[in-house]
Amino acid sequence: MALSKTAHIVTAYGEELDQLNDELARMGGLVETQLTTAINAIARRDAGVAGEVRQREKQVNAMQVDIEKRVLRLFALRQPMATDLRMTISALKISTDLERIGDLAKNIAYRAKDLSAYPALGLMDRVERLGAIVIQQLHVVLDALSSFEVEPAIRVWRADDEVDERYNALVREMLISMGEDSSLVEPGVHILFVAKNLERIGDHATNIAEALHFMVTAAPLEADTPPAS
Amino acid sequence: MPDNQSHSDSIAGAGEAEQPVKVQARDVCVSYSGKQALNHVSIDVPDRSVTAFIGPSGCGKSTFLRCLNRMNDTIEGARVTGSLKIDGLEVNDKSVDPVVLRANVGMVFQKPNPFPKSIYDNVAYGPRIHGLALSKDELDAIVEDSLRKAGLWDEVADRLNHPGTSLSGGQQQRLVIARAIAVNPEVILMDEPCSALDPIATAKIEELIDELRENYCIIIVTHSMQQAARVSQQTAFFHMGNLVEYGTTEDIFTNPRDPRTQDYITGRFG
Repeated sequence: MALSKTAHIVTAYGEELDQLNDELARMGGLVETQLTTAINAIARRDAGVAGEVRQREKQVNAMQVDIEKRVLRLFALRQPMATDLRMTISALKISTDLERIGDLAKNIAYRAKDLSAYPALGLMDRVERLGAIVIQQLHVVLDALSSFEVEPAIRVWRADDEVDERYNALVREMLISMGEDSSLVEPGVHILFVAKNLERIGDHATNIAEALHFMVTAAPLEADTPPAS
Repeated sequence: MPDNQSHSDSIAGAGEAEQPVKVQARDVCVSYSGKQALNHVSIDVPDRSVTAFIGPSGCGKSTFLRCLNRMNDTIEGARVTGSLKIDGLEVNDKSVDPVVLRANVGMVFQKPNPFPKSIYDNVAYGPRIHGLALSKDELDAIVEDSLRKAGLWDEVADRLNHPGTSLSGGQQQRLVIARAIAVNPEVILMDEPCSALDPIATAKIEELIDELRENYCIIIVTHSMQQAARVSQQTAFFHMGNLVEYGTTEDIFTNPRDPRTQDYITGRFG
C-alpha cells in the first residue's frame, strides 16, 4: 500500500519508496515480536528467552542501518517532495523509535531472567497488565502505519496517558511494598525497571503515532488535534 | 499604492508574504488565434521576493510571464483579457508605452542573448536609449554598478571592451542580468534562466537571484523543482492554462493541497 494513489513516472523511484515502507513494516513486526516475547517471559517466569531476544536484536539493529541507508539514498538520488518527502523523513524517525523499542524489549527480557530467580509476586500481574496495554499500543500504531491510517494513531497517542497513569500507580505501590517488606526490594528493583522500560516503549509508540500523523496530514499531532473520524 | 492589498478568497495569494503586492492579476485570459492558453488567472505577486512559476510544458506559465511585459503584443493572433497591474498601473492600458514598460519589467531568457557588442556596450545600451546617463562618467558608474550587482564585475573589469559573446554561458547570463538591471527595473522576469548552464554557473545565478530579491520583484519560470524550492519564497503551479495552486514555497513542496500539484512535484502520473 502506498501513501499516494498515483504511480511514479520513474518506476524505480516508486519501487524504492515501496521497499522502504516494506522494510519499515518488517522492522515493526520484528520489534513487536521482541516485546511480546519479553512480556511473555515475565509472565511465564521464563529465563530462557534472553539468547533468542539477543539474536533478533542484532537483526533489528541491522534493519535500522538498512533503512538509514535507503533514506540517505533517496534524498541523495531522488530528492523526494511532498508526500514522498514526508514519508521518507518519517520512515527515518520511526526506524529510530523502533530501534529504541527493540532495545528496551531486550532489557525487559534480561530482567525476566533475573526475576525468574524470585518467588512469584502479587505485583507481577500489574506489570504484565501494563505490558499488555503497551503491546496493544504498539500493535495498533504499527497496523495504522502499514495502512497509513491516522485515526488509530490519534487513539494511540491519546491513550498514552493511561500508560503513564498505570506506570505511576505501579511505582507508588512498589515503594509502599518495598518499605513494608525489605525482601521485596531486590525483585522490586527489577520490576521497576521493567515498568520503566514499558512506559518508555509507550512513549516511542506515541512518537510513531506523531510521525505517522505528520506523514499523512503534514500537520503535527497536538493536544488540540481533533479525532480523524 | 491603490487597491493592491485587497485579498478575497478567490484570489491566489501566497499567504505569508510580508511585502506589498507588486504585480496584481485579475481574471487574465490569453488565447493564441482562438486557442485558449491561459484561463482566468488571478494572483498577487509580492515585491522584493522571488516567485516561482512551475508546471508542465504548455501549462501557461511562460504565457503569463509574457503578459507582464506585453511580449504577447508581438505575437499575431494573441488576445489578452483581464486586468494586470504593476504598482497599481494597468499594463495593457493604451497609454502605456511597451518600450518603457519593458525597461521597468526586465526579462532574462533561457539562453543568454548578449548583443554582438562589447561587455560595456551590452550594459550601457539600455541607459543610453532611455537617457538615464547625462555624462560618460555617469554611464561608467551605471555599468560598473550593474555589473557589480550581477556579480560579474570582478571577472570582467579588465576587459570591458571584449565582446559579450566571448564570455562563458554563465557569465553571459549574468551579463544579460546586468543589462536588465542597468535600466532600473521594478520587476525582473526570468524564463528558465539556468537551463542552459552547468551546476556551478547555475549556483552563481541562484546566489545572484537571492541577492537581487532585496531590491526587486523577481518572477522565475523553471522546470527544475529543486531550483524553484531553492530560490523562491512563493511558488505558483500552473496546469493546462489554470493557476492550480499558489502558496509559500515551503507549503507547496511539503504539503501541496491540490492532487494535481502533488502528482506534478512528486513526479507521478496525474
